[in-house]
Amino acid sequence: MIKKTFVIKGMHCASCVKVIEDSLREVAGVSEAVVNLITEKATISYDPQKATDQQLMSAVSNVGYQALIEEELKNEDREKLLIKVAVSLIFGALILWGSFPGLMETAPDILKNFLVQLILATPIQFWAGWGFYRATIPALKHRTANMDTLVALGTTVAYGYSAFVTIFPKMVEKISIEPMPYFDVAVIIIGLILLGRYFETKAKAGTSEAIKKLIGLQAKTARIIKDGKEIDIPINQVVAGDLIRVRPGEKIPVDGEIVEGDSSIDESMVTGESIPVDKKNGDLIVGSTINKTGTFIFKATKVGSETILAQIIKLVQEAQASKAPIQRLADLVSSYFVPVVIMLAITTFVVWYDFGPMPALTLALLNMVAVLIIACPCAMGLATPTAIMVGTGKGAERGILIKDAESLETAHKIKTIIFDKTGTLTKGKPEVTDIVPIESISKDELLKLAGSIEKGSEHSLAEAIVKDAEAKQLTFSKVEKFQAIPGHGVEGTVDGKRIVFGNKRLMDKEKIDVSGAVNEINKMENGGKTVMMIGADDKLIGLIAVADIIKESALEGLVALQKLGIEVVMITGDNQRTANAIGRSLGITRILAEVLPDQKEAEVKKIQAEGKVVAMIGDGINDAPALAAADVGIAMGTGTDVAIEAGDITLINKDLKSIATAINLSKKTMRTIKLNLFWAFGYNIILIPVAMGVLYPFWGIFLNPILASMAMAFSSVSVVINSLLLKRQKLG
Amino acid sequence: MDKIIVTILGLAGIAFTYWFFLMRKGKEITVSDSVDILVEGGYSPEIISIEKGKTIKLNFIRKDPSNCLEEVVLSDFGVRKKLPLNEKITIEITPQKKGEFTFSCGMNMFHGKIIVK
Repeated sequence: MIKKTFVIKGMHCASCVKVIEDSLREVAGVSEAVVNLITEKATISYDPQKATDQQLMSAVSNVGYQALIEEELKNEDREKLLIKVAVSLIFGALILWGSFPGLMETAPDILKNFLVQLILATPIQFWAGWGFYRATIPALKHRTANMDTLVALGTTVAYGYSAFVTIFPKMVEKISIEPMPYFDVAVIIIGLILLGRYFETKAKAGTSEAIKKLIGLQAKTARIIKDGKEIDIPINQVVAGDLIRVRPGEKIPVDGEIVEGDSSIDESMVTGESIPVDKKNGDLIVGSTINKTGTFIFKATKVGSETILAQIIKLVQEAQASKAPIQRLADLVSSYFVPVVIMLAITTFVVWYDFGPMPALTLALLNMVAVLIIACPCAMGLATPTAIMVGTGKGAERGILIKDAESLETAHKIKTIIFDKTGTLTKGKPEVTDIVPIESISKDELLKLAGSIEKGSEHSLAEAIVKDAEAKQLTFSKVEKFQAIPGHGVEGTVDGKRIVFGNKRLMDKEKIDVSGAVNEINKMENGGKTVMMIGADDKLIGLIAVADIIKESALEGLVALQKLGIEVVMITGDNQRTANAIGRSLGITRILAEVLPDQKEAEVKKIQAEGKVVAMIGDGINDAPALAAADVGIAMGTGTDVAIEAGDITLINKDLKSIATAINLSKKTMRTIKLNLFWAFGYNIILIPVAMGVLYPFWGIFLNPILASMAMAFSSVSVVINSLLLKRQKLG
Repeated sequence: MDKIIVTILGLAGIAFTYWFFLMRKGKEITVSDSVDILVEGGYSPEIISIEKGKTIKLNFIRKDPSNCLEEVVLSDFGVRKKLPLNEKITIEITPQKKGEFTFSCGMNMFHGKIIVK
């Protein structure tokens, strides 16, 4: 029977305590479970043969909370580590006081006694330093070596030699060597390296913060309506089809569709947009977003791992685990690193022993230890992954989902970005932009006439007109003798008048003179709008222009890209004239018009053939092949329906400014990685030779192993901290 | 005289280090559905050969408290998992491409290999 403490996240009331305790006690093998609301901890007594930590954790998560055993253990580990650090450094300081020339004169005699130093050093070597042996021994069985192997070897050499000269001074004197121990070296090295490791685990915890935040966003319970009653149930028991009530200020538990009521909802979790969005009956809502004002009932459509938040979390986790191509070199080096360092350390010993000054054995030993200690493969191993974790996490916080490290790496090389026009630069749904009365008729009357006659039409432009009329709450008139004329427009009788509504060809056919409005028509058409004309009783009475509206964020987004020196290309199925008009208003000069959907991929490849790194931006629905063909495919999500699989990068916030942000993020992340690698490689390339003593013949400098351990202890920490600094970078 | 002995022993030590660490050949194990991988000073078995398109369960059991090994990373499969001590953590993969894919600890010090045939 063992007792363990877990941290429980997500508790907010006394009833939570009961729910968790009951759930834990139901696990076979658990004899006692006590949950404390204030300390947010659960103390569980259980039989480890019957119940595993995972079972206990899932018992907690089954009822909608989160048990964090690792973190708790980590904290305990960290505390233990800190004790070891303190004891090692205190004992080390005492030994140093009693043995360091210049200092030892002030020390009490007892500290100068070698046997006392041995007694102080032994527990540090084998208790504080046990972890190094514990990792080295099984690794050697596998004929592999790591960081710990080097530290274990280095400190064992220093400690072993010192212990030997302390216990058998006569033997050492016989071969005319002064029996001088170096216990301070072994002990302080252990203390400092453990201190470095303490800071490193602390800093590393910060790199996965983004994912913890995302997981913390999940709602814990849902209030479902069953048989006319409202009951609170844990989130994982909600099934698709359940009716759930959400009150003001509450978190929406799962994805679904509103069936009753309306409200404004803060969707910043998925969109990054902080202004709440109004939602009404029939609208889709996203789990974990926050209901602001109203009360409503919705039907759960996606639960568990299908929710958008769950998918986002999965994607970010996968991205953080992926490997950036830039890491390959570090991988290759680290697989040979430790054995090579051991060989260099042996070489150092031999060269110092054979050619070094007296006392040759001592100097050979100290320099060998310095080489073993200073080498730091960990910094190389941490350089790339820590930056990728921070970078992808930072992206996710801003609604930029990056599929893998490779995409993040490629994004900083993008030279050309191809925008699919419809649905990306524009909203993808035509809207009425201009209503121009020609005769003495009001705008509303004109729209009412057009709306009435278009109501029966199925044309996409008709939809825009009807919608606009409905939005202005105009009442439609009855239409008689309605007729659609394909390729021309529609005609019918409204309020006793014969109305024709359509393009120029229809007017020509009906012999209606439009010459008086020709300037107006040309102006609008040159602006990329589709102009429709309305005639009553053979006379032109007005014009209505319809266009696909450019997104608010488009211009700003493109300017930001041009500032980064990136060429912008627009690709569209529209005719050249419309395409040019939209291109002009956005400042795009390179326009590929009249491209059929299945040709987009070929156009991407053509631009790649110019030797450019190309990103393609689309909605991920009909341009999937083009997205896949591009070096980086960027899919614009729609906030409530994330086309996560479609792109290398998905912008769930719909904001075109995010493209520049994503590229900036890539640039900053790559800069951090390069700096990390430069530091990690440079550190080893410069300091290993220094530790070997290459400077000695010129300036008589060699590295004290204690200084070596100091450098080593802080090299991996500095890499992790540099990655964490990425969090504070501004992305513009 | 002592210098000659030290030099010879040193060279022998270098040769031994080279042989011991760098000339090691891992054993390859063919897996058809599931395999237990012991995580202790490395991964055993460390070379796993599997068939393309088949779903394989890799059960990692970590017995080694070294914090180097506390995570396992299968970067080609987008997996980074914490391995709590003495617990079986199952990772399912379905490789779609042939080739050799390495897996490693979080700090990239210990390696294993998945060969997809």
